[in-house]
Amino acid sequence: MSKEELKIRLAELFPAAVFEEGAEWTTVAIDAAGWEGFAREVRRAEGLEFDYLFCVTAVDWKTHFTMVYHLTSTLYRHVLVVKAKLDHEQPVIRTVSDIWRTAEFHEREAYDLMGVVFTGHPDLRRLFMTDEWKGWPLRKDYEDPVNMIKL
Amino acid sequence: MIEEVGTTAEGDLVINVGPQHPSTHGVLHLVITLNGETIKKVEPHLGYIHRSIEKMCESLSYRQFIYVTSRMDYLSSHINNHGCALCVEKGMQIEVPARAKVIRVLMDELTRLASHQLWWGAMAMDVGALTPFFHAFRERESINDIMEETCGARLTMNYMVPGGVMVDIHPNFQKRVKEFIQFFRGKIDEYDELVTGNVIFKSRMKGVGYLSPESAVSYGCTGPTARGSGVSCDVRKLYPYEVYGQLQFEEVTASGGDCFARYMVRMREMRQSLSIIEQLIDIIPEGEFQAKTKAVLKLPKGEFYSRVETARGEFGVYIISEGATTPYRIKFRSPGFSNLSALDHMARGHKIGDLVAIMGTLDLVIPDIDR
Repeated sequence: MSKEELKIRLAELFPAAVFEEGAEWTTVAIDAAGWEGFAREVRRAEGLEFDYLFCVTAVDWKTHFTMVYHLTSTLYRHVLVVKAKLDHEQPVIRTVSDIWRTAEFHEREAYDLMGVVFTGHPDLRRLFMTDEWKGWPLRKDYEDPVNMIKL
Repeated sequence: MIEEVGTTAEGDLVINVGPQHPSTHGVLHLVITLNGETIKKVEPHLGYIHRSIEKMCESLSYRQFIYVTSRMDYLSSHINNHGCALCVEKGMQIEVPARAKVIRVLMDELTRLASHQLWWGAMAMDVGALTPFFHAFRERESINDIMEETCGARLTMNYMVPGGVMVDIHPNFQKRVKEFIQFFRGKIDEYDELVTGNVIFKSRMKGVGYLSPESAVSYGCTGPTARGSGVSCDVRKLYPYEVYGQLQFEEVTASGGDCFARYMVRMREMRQSLSIIEQLIDIIPEGEFQAKTKAVLKLPKGEFYSRVETARGEFGVYIISEGATTPYRIKFRSPGFSNLSALDHMARGHKIGDLVAIMGTLDLVIPDIDR
């Protein structure tokens, strides 16, 4: 499916979705509360079948967080980028580890380094840091006078 | 907290492998729940070599951050650098000279060969054959020498820069690469004779660590790990970059899904890499090896994603720029991280000795996973 066709199809399925222009791939911003339903639909819907989640990124924008999911279909090879805005005080979003198994590790990484909480995650623990670690290292306001070297 | 050695309520034994264990090839720590000798669960504990490279990159310029990426997958450092350079070039809209493109592909393929050689030696050693390790390192040495002559480094290359490559190839490069191809063709056959057909080796590999195509996709596996399950995922074929689109080579897949299939994919990939090098070595175009670029690179506001095929799979670089001289956020999608997540799924129900074989065919490089 070409970029335009994909956009039309998604707009039909999700009237509330907001498309971002000018990006390399079809980029859509959705409400974090609707993420689970959105994910299940794009994974399942005929002609879309986004079965491969290849990148999960959490971005700290100081006022809010954005979760960025890069999806592709091994059947059709089209790419979709989904963004969900999260509250900065309480960044919470539903896990998709039951839809794409790879999300389990990626979400643990986002939790460990950014402090994003994934509800329904089977095993949400620190991944790289030790369990007693304080703070979320990839956040913009994170300071660590001992381990961090300022460049 | 990390589990101690002990027994669970069901009477299963919990043991730790690593972080200092020869078969993990680095500081990977696995907590394994065993019922007798049968694996019930494998839980990787990561972070022993976590350096927060993504955070570091946020304070490094677009020229500097590439050097750090050599320290992730150190066996594919050329290809990591390549992915980063591609992403910056995409943002800056830099056109890379034809000569640099060909040199890059040559270096990528030599890297892939060197990486697969090391994997082959180490993997055979994991399952009990020590000789291949010395064979593999002997041949890998020739590639390292070729690299050293041109890049000045043997492991952390830092040779690819935005706009092309850092310096032109050494005058001896073509001659030595051709000699190497000649020499290594015979060696691959020797590899096959030594290990591939071995009965003991086959029985350790066949039917072990099965990964279905559906699971491979769901776990986000890429590279030989997924291709061993018959999933087509070679970035060089699907999303050709540089000159890969004009080359004659095939994407190697196998349908077995077990350790042996993954092994065979890598063995056949070595031959494909040799063929790619052969196609290009005599037609390196004349001209500049680096495009003229500004001293200080400033990526326009926006998001850029590039992907390349490393020896382990799809390596992605995701840069979010706010128009400054440093990235606002950078994310590395490392192939090993996703491949490792399938380990638990693959190992369940197998004997503990098989775990070493499964890990061997995943070709894990821990700094690539921990970043």
